[in-house]
Amino acid sequence: MIELKGIHKAFNTGRENEFHALNGIDLHLPTQRVTAFRGPSGSGKTTLLSIIGCLSRPTSGRVRLGERDISGLPERFLTHIRRQTFGFIFQQFNLIKGLSALENVMLPAYPLGGNWRALHERAESLLGDLRLAHRRAAAIEHLSGGEQQRVAIARALINDPQIIIADEPTANLDTGLAMEFMAILENLHAVGKTVILTSHDPLVVDATIVHQVIDMRDGRIVTPVPIAEGCA
Amino acid sequence: MNARIEKQKYLIDFTLSSLARRKAKNLGLLLVYTLIVFLLASVMLFTHALRQAAAEVLVGAPEVILQRMVAGRHDLIPPGYLERIGRIRGVQHKEGRLWGYYYDPVVKANYTFMVPGNQDIAAGTLLVGAGMARARGLAVGNLISFRSYSGKLFSFTIARILPHDSELVSADLVLISEADFRSFFSIAPGYFTDIALSVANPLEVRNVAAKLSQQFPDSRPILREEILRTYESIFNWREGIVLALASLAILAFAIFALEKASGLSADEKREIGILKAIGWETGDVLKMKFWEGALVSLAAFLIGYLAAYLHVFRFSSSLFAPVLKGWAVLYPRFELSPVIDGFQVATLFFFTVFPYAAATLVPIWRAAIADPDAVMRG
Repeated sequence: MIELKGIHKAFNTGRENEFHALNGIDLHLPTQRVTAFRGPSGSGKTTLLSIIGCLSRPTSGRVRLGERDISGLPERFLTHIRRQTFGFIFQQFNLIKGLSALENVMLPAYPLGGNWRALHERAESLLGDLRLAHRRAAAIEHLSGGEQQRVAIARALINDPQIIIADEPTANLDTGLAMEFMAILENLHAVGKTVILTSHDPLVVDATIVHQVIDMRDGRIVTPVPIAEGCA
Repeated sequence: MNARIEKQKYLIDFTLSSLARRKAKNLGLLLVYTLIVFLLASVMLFTHALRQAAAEVLVGAPEVILQRMVAGRHDLIPPGYLERIGRIRGVQHKEGRLWGYYYDPVVKANYTFMVPGNQDIAAGTLLVGAGMARARGLAVGNLISFRSYSGKLFSFTIARILPHDSELVSADLVLISEADFRSFFSIAPGYFTDIALSVANPLEVRNVAAKLSQQFPDSRPILREEILRTYESIFNWREGIVLALASLAILAFAIFALEKASGLSADEKREIGILKAIGWETGDVLKMKFWEGALVSLAAFLIGYLAAYLHVFRFSSSLFAPVLKGWAVLYPRFELSPVIDGFQVATLFFFTVFPYAAATLVPIWRAAIADPDAVMRG
């Protein structure tokens, strides 16, 4: 369970160009659900996602993860939580050029220092599940957009996180690849993962596997949508 | 414990791939870095070995040399001085020496003519240093003529060329018999260029020198340790000149290193952001970058130092020899005994590897403590 209370996020505080990206967000996100934030550009979706994923801190407000208040934790602990709990799929994929698909997938596990053979096997297995086994040695820049996204998904799953965060995951994909992504999402939900994503792609927000769509505008939640019945 | 070792292995592995991914930048940096270390290490190794060689040569030099001064200039020792010196307590051995300089207009070089105290040289023959033999193209048995300062022409046969391993001190040396020397330089019997003394008790050298000054107020005693000090200061001075010239290169390197190492490219900043976002701690990023800097600087240090070692001790410092050996026409050719001074190595290491490591870490630390949130925004 993720709970946000009175979340505000301001940028350039105290300067002329001070900007409030989030203006008092109160939210409760249940586990093992697929939640989508929808809204126009600048509505605060990505900022909210980065606060949920411990990538940034709120200017004020509290974030609870399970029973734990993580708002005031030092960076080291936040990193630890981020590594153990969250898997990220970024809009631009954010893969490291020059590294192979396999190396990119293994990267989040390096700081854990686990057994290399086990890590290697797990990364290969994930790439295999995503039909990329044959491309594991290819440099990331030689992969197509869809392949890159699947590598990003494999990377997000390497540490077996409970929560998958995806920011505009279909923004750079054509319809076929977007459908494919939704199928992967369905599989993730089927194995008990919580998925939180942002999108304004109808293919995503209107999909049956999305349990909850939350509309945002000007840093506020405007129309919280109740969890769709029968989707749990 | 295993996890920690595995983690370090992963970090080093990633560092190596990171270095390989920025081949052009890192190779450029390695090249310039290596060049700087090579330059500095060459100068240091060369002057240190030269000092050592000079010190070894001077071990056999007389403990005190007495020179007579007239109007502040070195003049000949007149007859009678040797006998009087023999009466000073503490003087073990005394010897009047004959030596002088001769300018050879043919090769525009100065030779040092000397009468050796410990070997007889037949009249009309010369023993010459290898530097002079090279300059004049001489071989044993050749004839050579010199016009003396009185205008008279003298011809000599080359009896021997002095051994190559003494070239540091004998490159321009011409050994001549006493009779030929006196005749060539028009020096009357009983006169000497200076007097070399040995003292029975090494602790008494300064006392003997004080007595000499007292009894021969027109003369100055020169101690072996003073000569050694003079050599030291000459080498220090020359080393200083080269290092001063090199400092421009060092400064250029410092700017280059700072720019290359610290000026993180947008790609590198983005990469740090990605690593942080996917769960790398600031410390992990710093460790990885530390390994990167350490590998580049250590490799440059080792390659540069090794190249300098080969340059100095295998290839006779061909790049710096003209400045460091002197400006004479006759450059001595000699092979220096390899000498490595730990303190010098440590100094060089400290002034090349550490500044680079610091220059790389600070901006990386700045980038690494930034919010990884920016990565979310592409």
